[in-house]
Amino acid sequence: MAKGILYLKDFWRYRYLLYNLISRDFKLKYRRSILGVLWSVLNPLLMMLVMWAVFGGLFPQVRGQGIDNFPMFLLCGQLLFNFFREATTLAMSSVLQSAPLLRKVYIPKYIFPLEKVCFGFVNCCFSFIALVLVMICTRCPVHLTLPMALYPLLTLFVFSLGVGLVLATLTVFFRDVIHMWEVFTTALMYFSAIFYDPIQMEGWVQSFIKFNPMYWYITGFRRAVIYGVGFNGNMIAMCGGCAVLALGFGLFVFKKNQDKFVLYL
Amino acid sequence: MEPIIEVNHVSMRFNLAKEKNESLKEYFLAMAKGKLHFDEFYALRDVSLCVEPGDFYGLVGLNGSGKSTLLKVISGVYKPSSGSCRVRGVIAPLIELGAGFDLDLTARENIYLNGTVLGYTPKYLDSKFDEIVEFSELRDFLDVPLKNYSSGMVARIAFAIATITKPDILIADEILSVGDFLFQQKCEQRMQQLMSGGTTVLLVSHSIEQIERMCNKVAWLEKGAIRMNGETSAVCAAYKEITAAPEPPAPQP
Repeated sequence: MAKGILYLKDFWRYRYLLYNLISRDFKLKYRRSILGVLWSVLNPLLMMLVMWAVFGGLFPQVRGQGIDNFPMFLLCGQLLFNFFREATTLAMSSVLQSAPLLRKVYIPKYIFPLEKVCFGFVNCCFSFIALVLVMICTRCPVHLTLPMALYPLLTLFVFSLGVGLVLATLTVFFRDVIHMWEVFTTALMYFSAIFYDPIQMEGWVQSFIKFNPMYWYITGFRRAVIYGVGFNGNMIAMCGGCAVLALGFGLFVFKKNQDKFVLYL
Repeated sequence: MEPIIEVNHVSMRFNLAKEKNESLKEYFLAMAKGKLHFDEFYALRDVSLCVEPGDFYGLVGLNGSGKSTLLKVISGVYKPSSGSCRVRGVIAPLIELGAGFDLDLTARENIYLNGTVLGYTPKYLDSKFDEIVEFSELRDFLDVPLKNYSSGMVARIAFAIATITKPDILIADEILSVGDFLFQQKCEQRMQQLMSGGTTVLLVSHSIEQIERMCNKVAWLEKGAIRMNGETSAVCAAYKEITAAPEPPAPQP
């Protein structure tokens, strides 16, 4: 217990570093671009239009019937999935990239994956402007359940952090993980029900997709934002459980190996 | 008095992988062949050192004798393979200047970034900002990205940030070798000034004159072990005797 408090104190001491690192990433991301931070809104919006054109116009049979507001449906899935992908991918190479720093001064190492996940989250929050725009354009009613969307969002943050910690650890020892993760997230995207409703899929897909945590986060988010229905117990348990498990496992793996990092960077 | 830095029988072992296994396939192939062995290399071997508060401790030794490794163990970058290291106080590390600088950011942004890396609060940095700029003499270049700076200019900023506070311990690794002689003098003055304020300094330098001039105690490392440790005059005399032949006299600033 006392040890835990000590960790928290250490964490609190470095909060400004966390803030500065996030602001650095932000400055560098939009430096020399005319539209700057507007891209955080435009990018998901344009991507959504592309997907809309493909799955609404070219292959309408894929998405099936029964999705009323397809643009909103798409965008919700996309935003959450992109957050997960960006956060984990950045966190994965975060320790590796900070090698020059880690070799010179002592900094708690978990700050790097944490910073990247926070950065992804800030980006994601900007993207919600796009969501609001689409909500207005498609005349999507605002439900009372809207604040409940915070639950899948925050648990997804914790989940991504856990996954990011594991990936960051693995990447220090095996650079292959970077390439494997890229392929894996692409495969995962197709199994996250971003542009289709799993109900109209075959039985095995329906049961298979339930093993994908992303499915639960995305579906939970949609329920709160688009459909205005709350979560059932199953959903609350899945979102929270996956997050806690991932973070616990991530912290365990990271902590066990972090003293060796500097020897492999 | 209680020692401020206590290094107890520290050994630092590195695995020198003959073939660096950086991909999974190679790793498993090597493991299957039973070839996953490393050459062990001891950068430090059973080193013990005791630094009292207020000491100006010098570390001398040839390249590869483990000076920098020892500094990194003390500052917490490396965790020793065996033995222990206890430090009582706040360390300002000056190991390879500019840790935490991002070359794409401007000097102004870097002062805040590097300052927070060293654990200062933004408020504190605000109050000391002018002092940092004054010391580094780079006011005209504040909003230039650091990549356009010369290495001497980067060193100035880095030294100014690291010494802006009164740390309990200042660890300096050959930092005074950068910058022109005027700035070197300024750095030395600053370090002396910190010391008279009670800061303990650990200095690595290849300039034996500088060590003689500034330190009160010196440890001489050779191949990862302490060869001699004690008063400056005795250690420096012995060190000079051994190294006199192969090394040309260091240029006097």
